[in-house]
Amino acid sequence: MREKNAVACLTLLLALFMSTAVFANALESFKNESGTLRIAGGTAHIPVVKEAAARIMRFNPDIQISIAGGGSGLGIKQVGDGLIDIGNSGRKAKEDEISRYGLVMFKWAIDGVASVVHPDNPVRSLSKDQMKDIYSGKITNWQELGGTKGVINLYTRDDSSGTREVFWKKGLDKGDISSSANFVASNGAMKAAISQDPNGIGYVSVGHIDETIFPVTFDGVHPDLETVKTGKYTIARGLYSNTKGNPAGLAKKFIDYLLSDEGQQIVADKGFIPVQ
Amino acid sequence: MTRFQEAICEKLLLSAAWTSGSIVVFIFAFMLFLGLPLLSGGHFFSLLTAHWAPQQGSYGILPMMAGSLFLALLGLLFSFPLSLGCACFISVLGPAKLRFLLRKVVELMTGIPTVIYGFVGLFLLVPLVRDIFGRGGLSLLSASLMLALLIAPTMILFFCDSFDRVPRSYLDAVDAMGGSKVQKLLYVMLPNSVHGIAAGITIALGRAVGDTLLALMLAGNAIHIPHSCLDSARTLTSHIGLVFSADFESLEFKAIFACGITLYLFTAVLVLVVRGINHRLRRPL
Repeated sequence: MREKNAVACLTLLLALFMSTAVFANALESFKNESGTLRIAGGTAHIPVVKEAAARIMRFNPDIQISIAGGGSGLGIKQVGDGLIDIGNSGRKAKEDEISRYGLVMFKWAIDGVASVVHPDNPVRSLSKDQMKDIYSGKITNWQELGGTKGVINLYTRDDSSGTREVFWKKGLDKGDISSSANFVASNGAMKAAISQDPNGIGYVSVGHIDETIFPVTFDGVHPDLETVKTGKYTIARGLYSNTKGNPAGLAKKFIDYLLSDEGQQIVADKGFIPVQ
Repeated sequence: MTRFQEAICEKLLLSAAWTSGSIVVFIFAFMLFLGLPLLSGGHFFSLLTAHWAPQQGSYGILPMMAGSLFLALLGLLFSFPLSLGCACFISVLGPAKLRFLLRKVVELMTGIPTVIYGFVGLFLLVPLVRDIFGRGGLSLLSASLMLALLIAPTMILFFCDSFDRVPRSYLDAVDAMGGSKVQKLLYVMLPNSVHGIAAGITIALGRAVGDTLLALMLAGNAIHIPHSCLDSARTLTSHIGLVFSADFESLEFKAIFACGITLYLFTAVLVLVVRGINHRLRRPL
């Protein structure tokens, strides 16, 4: 009996060991590390970065990773000024930003930006021209688009947002955005705003879409992982992590982890498209 | 306490007063210095009258100034009658136990973080406003209603304090003449507390203009001059919050200092105006 127990114990231990071994493969490089890593910037990145940080901190509690939003512009600025270790951006850093700060960019995911409405909104499909007219304020009522009567509430993001930049460039052809548009400060805030407003329309990173908001079919293409991946859905961009100069220490290991098989699996799990 | 110790104490307190006083001046100088590129180019005054359209190279902050002003005044409009009524109840009219309880609740309210009000507003008030009016969830109305709640405790406590400062002998005189509670309030306490009421309003208005989070979360932040309470609007403070993440070298960022200077001057003028009013009110007494 005792022997049986011992065998059972051993098997359990072995199983536990193996499972951690499988799991810990990519995390192995964080062994014997300690210290803090500060990450800020793009808000589209947050689901992935948060999960990666949680796994790393669970593996090695001596590592502290802090994650903040603020938008792509802020991420680039703060990493350039040395306030943080990794600055995330949902757009490529501009030429003058790269040269001014000596930035190095790492692209670890591809992300679509989808126009979203409230789930109860009967309008489910819009053409590019309609989208431009909505955002410039030419179309002001859902009735004009075959929906129920109601004044369209526009939602947009501030100028430093990478999500805004991509949507404005590729979704609106750099068209005007009406001055009566409401401003929200992050992808999360956009989701909260649209899920609350039956007459709202906004845009979020595809990774942030869930059942509380509905992604509108754009020019006949439904924005989802598949269409973004194949390039059929055109409003897409890379998700970048930037460092000042070549990354070292924890920052390098963190970026390597994001690009590892396990990191890329997190990217896919969170609704983005892996780059590897 | 020896003379020496007393001298040291005096010096310490003096330096504390000087430090806090000079910081105020220093901050203003700092903002002037950073806003200098705008001021020297003669852009500053055009900034105050133009619209915000970075793509067209226009960085005016007029819509934000209007937003700040409307939001603060609307908040005060909702909050003042509420606060005055509440203060009267707490100081005179209510039954003793309830007065005590209410005062404690109001004191507790001063400690509630703004973000809690913002959150409650976003999930309870915004949908309500949207249901009632059919539009304007994120709007001046929603933000000013929450703002009214935020600044009310400041005013209530100020008003209560000034009621309490009315000399006991005055109140006794009313009682002796058989005056009712309401008469006491209307003819003795209110006229003798004008000073304190004005001070309470100033502090509250200053707080309303300076508040960032409620405006950012509830007012919608659209860059236009609002035409109705149900319009979305952006205040100077939330504008600073939103543009802060723009490129340091850009004109957008530099225009923030114009906002800062305007806010500073606005508050300063506010304090001076109320001082002036107080001064005039006090003379005939």
